[in-house]
Amino acid sequence: MRARRSTKIIGSVAALAMAAALTACSGDSDTIRIGVKYDQPGLGLDEGGTPVGFDVDVATYIAEHLGYTEDQIEWSEAASANRESFLQQGTVDMILATYSITDERREVVDFAGPYYVAQQDILTAADDTDIESPEDLDGKVLCSASGSRSANNIVDDMGIGAELREAGNYSECLELLSNGTVAAVTTDNTILAGFAAQNPGNYRMTNNPFGEEQYGVGLPKGSTERCEEINEAITQMWDDGSAAQFLEDAFGETDFAYEESTPELAPCA
Amino acid sequence: MEAFLSNIDRVVDGFSWTVRLTLFSAFFSFVLGVVLTAMRVSPVPLLRTLSTVYVEGIRNSPLTLVLLFCGLGLNSAMGLSLADSVAWDVFWWAVIGLSAYTSCFVSESLRAGINTIPVGQVEAARSLGLTFTQNLRLIVIPQALRTVVGPLGSVLIALIKNTTVASVAGLGVQEASRQMKLMFDQGIAPVLPTFVGFAIGFLILTLPTGYFFGWLAKRVAVVR
Amino acid sequence: MSAQAVLFDVPGPKARARNRIYSVLSLLLIASGLAAIYLGFNRTLVMVSSPGDLTNTAIWAVNPSGQWAADRWAPFIDPSTWTNYVLPGLMNTLTAALIASVLAVIFGLVFGIGRLSDHWWIRIPAGAVVEFFRGIPLLMLIFFTMAIPIVMNQVFGLPPAQFQVTALAAVVTGLTLYNGSVLAEVFRAGINAVPKGQTEAAQSIGMTKTQTMWTILIPQAVTSMMPAIVAQLVVLLKDSALGYIIAFPELLRNFTLVATRENNVIPAAIVCAIIYIVINLSLSRLAIWLERRNARRGKPSAKATAAGGAPVAVNGAAATPTGDEAAGAAPSEPRNEPLPDTEERDGRDDDGTDGDGSQKS
Repeated sequence: MRARRSTKIIGSVAALAMAAALTACSGDSDTIRIGVKYDQPGLGLDEGGTPVGFDVDVATYIAEHLGYTEDQIEWSEAASANRESFLQQGTVDMILATYSITDERREVVDFAGPYYVAQQDILTAADDTDIESPEDLDGKVLCSASGSRSANNIVDDMGIGAELREAGNYSECLELLSNGTVAAVTTDNTILAGFAAQNPGNYRMTNNPFGEEQYGVGLPKGSTERCEEINEAITQMWDDGSAAQFLEDAFGETDFAYEESTPELAPCA
Repeated sequence: MEAFLSNIDRVVDGFSWTVRLTLFSAFFSFVLGVVLTAMRVSPVPLLRTLSTVYVEGIRNSPLTLVLLFCGLGLNSAMGLSLADSVAWDVFWWAVIGLSAYTSCFVSESLRAGINTIPVGQVEAARSLGLTFTQNLRLIVIPQALRTVVGPLGSVLIALIKNTTVASVAGLGVQEASRQMKLMFDQGIAPVLPTFVGFAIGFLILTLPTGYFFGWLAKRVAVVR
Repeated sequence: MSAQAVLFDVPGPKARARNRIYSVLSLLLIASGLAAIYLGFNRTLVMVSSPGDLTNTAIWAVNPSGQWAADRWAPFIDPSTWTNYVLPGLMNTLTAALIASVLAVIFGLVFGIGRLSDHWWIRIPAGAVVEFFRGIPLLMLIFFTMAIPIVMNQVFGLPPAQFQVTALAAVVTGLTLYNGSVLAEVFRAGINAVPKGQTEAAQSIGMTKTQTMWTILIPQAVTSMMPAIVAQLVVLLKDSALGYIIAFPELLRNFTLVATRENNVIPAAIVCAIIYIVINLSLSRLAIWLERRNARRGKPSAKATAAGGAPVAVNGAAATPTGDEAAGAAPSEPRNEPLPDTEERDGRDDDGTDGDGSQKS
C-alpha cells in the first residue's frame, strides 16, 4: 500500500507545517516585549535586527522606568495592520508604533500617553518653493500611500483639487517625489521628517501643519496600573529634557519644527 | 447588501478599469507574443536568444516586480509620461507591464502549438519554395493558433485576474480589487456582501470567457 | 516537431548574409534600448536634446543622484543586508510557499477526486468550489481573509478584533484556495487520462471504487501530472510575493525595507527580481527534468488544460501542445501522430502554459 503511506506522509507534513505556523513565540518574564515599526525612518527603522528611532528611544526610556534594562527588551515589528492583534494575543507587552489614540481603538486596547502629538504636514522637493499650504496643492499631483487616509483629508475633506497617485508605501512615495513624478507627499509630520532626515537637503517640509494625531503607548485591555506608570514615565521624560533630546537625535538634521511642549496626558481608563 | 448596492457606481467604476486593462493588455500581449514566437523560431540565432532570454526572465519574475519596474522605474525614474492625467498615465503603464508579462505566456502557448504541427506540413511548404516568413504566416501560425485556442483562453483568464495587481506596485490603478479594499477599509459596506459582489463581478468576466474559449477550441480544433 | 530545425532551410550564402544583417540590426536595437535605460535611470536622458549630445562623455558618467550611483548598490555587497533582510525574507517566502504547497496538494486531491465522484451531491459542490476559487483573483482572496475578523464582527456579532488573522495565515489561505483549485483540475485531468483498461482491470479483480482510486488511478495520475504540479508550484512561489501588500515579511517585503532604509527602490527591485528568477528557473528546470524522466521511462505526462470554466471541453482536442525539449527526448516517436490522442499517448508535455493559465504575479 504505497499510496496510502504517501498520503500519511503528506498528512503529517501538513500537520507539522500547521503547527509551525501556529506556534507563537513566548518570552521570559524578566524581559519586556515591545512592538515598534521597522519601516519608519526616524521613528522605528530596522538597523540589522535592532530598531532605531524616536519611538524606540521613548520605548527604551519607558522600559527603564518600569525596571527593565536595555538588554531586557525584546523588539518585534508591529505593522499597522497587526497592532491590535499583537496586544490581544499577548505577542507583545506594549506598542509604540505611530499608534494614534482613537475611540475605536480604545474599545479593544488601552492607551497610555500620548507621548507625542503629531500633525499632518506636506513634504516637497527642496527646490520647490510654490507649495506652502494644502491650498497650494490645487492642480498638483499628490502621493498617497495605500491604506492611508492622509491624502483624502486634503482632497475629499478640504475639497482641494489635487490629483492622487497611489503608491504602496511612503518610501515609494519618496521615490516618486525625488523623480518629480509627484509634487508632494502628505502624512504625519513625524513620518515625513524621518524620511527627510535620511536625505538631508533634498526635501522641504512646509511646517504648516493641520489636524492632530496623538501617539499613544498601546497596552492590552485592562492595564490601568501599568498605564499610570507609563504616564509617569512620559511626564518625567518631558520634564528632564530626554524627550527633546530624542527628537533632536531623530529630526535635528531637518527643518522639521517639532513640538517641544509636554503633551496633555489622557487619563488611564 | 443594500449598502453595497447603493455604492454600485464604485463597483462599476472599478470593473470598468479592470475591463479596459484586460482589453488593451490582451491585444498588446497577443501581438507581442506572436512577435516573440516568430523570433523564437527564426533562422537568426541572435533573435532566438533574445526571445528566450526575455521570455524566461519575465516569466519567472513576480508580476508585482514587473509592474513596480514600470511604475517606479520607467514611469517615475526615467520620467516617461504617457498621458496628462495621473489616472490614465498609470493605466497605460499598467497596460505595458501586463502586456510585457502576459506576452511571455502567449508566446509559450504559441510555441507549444507550433510544436504540434506535423513536420510534413512544414516540409511540404518548404519543398514548394516558401520562405521562412511565408511558411510562418501561411502554414505554421494559422494551424498553431487553432491548436492553442484553449491555452490562450486560459492566459486571458489569468490576465483578467492579474489586472488586480495593477492596483498596487507603484501604480495604483483604481480597479475593482482596489475599490473592494477601499470599501472594506473605510467601512462603506459590510465586508461579506462586498466580497461576494466583487467575486460575482469577476466570475461574470472569467467563467463565460472560459466556456467561450472551450467551445471555440472544440470548434476550430484541427482534426488530423 | 522541433520547430527550429525544420521551419527553414539550411541557410546558404545569401541567407547567411541576410541573417548577419538582421543580427547587426537587432544588436543595434538592443544596444540603444540598454543605453536608453542606462541614461534614463542615470537621470541624464533629460539633458540629451540632440543625438550629437551622446558623444559627450559627461552624459555617460555615473550620475551620483541617478540609480547607478555606487552607494545605492553598496548595501547589496554588505553581508548584513543579506543576513538581516534577504535570507529571513527568503525563509518566509519558502515557508509560506511550502505550507501552501502541501495544503494546496491536499485541497486539490480532495476536490479533484470529489469532482469525479459518482454522487451528484459531492460532485456538484466540489465543482462549484473549484470553479469559484479559480475564477476570482488571488489578491481578493488575500484581502478577504485579512478581513475575516471584521466579517465575524458584522455577521456574528463577535467583539471586534477578538479573533485575528496573521499575514502568514492570509497568504497561505489565499495561495491554498487558489492553487488548490487549479491542482484539483490537474489531478482530475490526470485521473481521466489514465487508460480505461486500468480501471477495468482493477474492477475485474474485485477492487472497490476506493481501492481502484487510491491504488491504481491516483499513483499513475500523480506521476504523469508531476510536471504540471511542479509548474503550478512555481506559480505558487511567485504568487507568494503578493504577501508584501499585507506586510507579510517575505522576500519582496524585506527588499522594500532595504529600499526604505537605503533609499534605493530601483536597485532593490532589480536584485530582488534576479533572486526570484534564479529560484523559479531552477524549479522550472526541475519540472522539465521530471518530464523528460517520464518520457524516458515511457510514462505519459498527461496535461490538464482547462480554459477557465470549461475544462472538459478542451480535453483531447486542443489541449496538449507538445514541447520541443521533451520531444527531443523521445526521438523515435512518430512525428505525425494524430493530435486528439495526445492526452493518453503522447509522452510529452508543453513546458510553457500552466495548464489552467494560472500564471500570476
